[in-house]
Amino acid sequence: MSVRRFEDVKEGDAIPPFVVEQLSRTDLVKYAGASGDFNPIHHDEEFARAAGNPTVFGHGMLTAGFLARCLTDFVGPGNLRRYKVRFATRVWPGDTITCRGTVTRRYEEAGEARIDGDVTASNQKGEVAVTGNFTAALPRRA
Amino acid sequence: MAEIDRSLIGVWGQPSTMRVELGKIREFAKAVKDPNPAYRDEATCVAPPTFLMTIAHWIGDLGATRSAVKLDYRRLLHGEQEFEYVAPIRPGDTLTFRSRTKDVFEKAGKRGGTMLFVIGETEFTNQRGEVVAYMRNTAIETSGVVKE
Repeated sequence: MSVRRFEDVKEGDAIPPFVVEQLSRTDLVKYAGASGDFNPIHHDEEFARAAGNPTVFGHGMLTAGFLARCLTDFVGPGNLRRYKVRFATRVWPGDTITCRGTVTRRYEEAGEARIDGDVTASNQKGEVAVTGNFTAALPRRA
Repeated sequence: MAEIDRSLIGVWGQPSTMRVELGKIREFAKAVKDPNPAYRDEATCVAPPTFLMTIAHWIGDLGATRSAVKLDYRRLLHGEQEFEYVAPIRPGDTLTFRSRTKDVFEKAGKRGGTMLFVIGETEFTNQRGEVVAYMRNTAIETSGVVKE
């Protein structure tokens, strides 16, 4: 969980994975309370079933939050300049979610040492739940 | 299908405010399973990347944000979410935010029918009048009821 220095990063580098083992319904409730997204489809079993789902499913932005944690472990809190996610498939209680990424570009801009990269969160079957991309400013070696 | 009022595209709604609190940041960091010590200390703390989703706690009056589009929620997908970070957001900040429908367009769906794309944008300004972030989301209304 150490923040990378610009000099130590090159294009094509992998961003170390962050794995959420067996997402729980409690995880969904915690995120509902933290974020304020109380759409019952994410916590109310009866509501979710009545809407045609086998059970409740995770907020897309919860998975995006796991991915963001994977990123801030690499670039440091406060260093993202842009972060964009696209939602592909849903995540369900019991799923194990693996977040990972790649550095695609390394450059200097606006007086900062910056990188761009791609990230994905996928489930235990290898299905992609969320894809994304980012720009971050990295600290330089002292 | 959605009702679209094109005269409202690009028009900012009424501003609202939200307070950024260390306790809320810690709660949010825990919910996204981020144990980074940076989120525990007032002096070093900056808001986590997706923290602005907590705006949901501060949107009291749904009428405050006038949207150009009335969407059919049975046919709605959250397509994309984007954050642009201009300056750090810290505990103790009071953010003023305002939203607008930035764009509305249609595309042919891969499996037939049309899909309506609605791009919403929220701008956040701190107590010193500095723009600190933009949050953009893409909602997609499909021509049929959403099924996996």
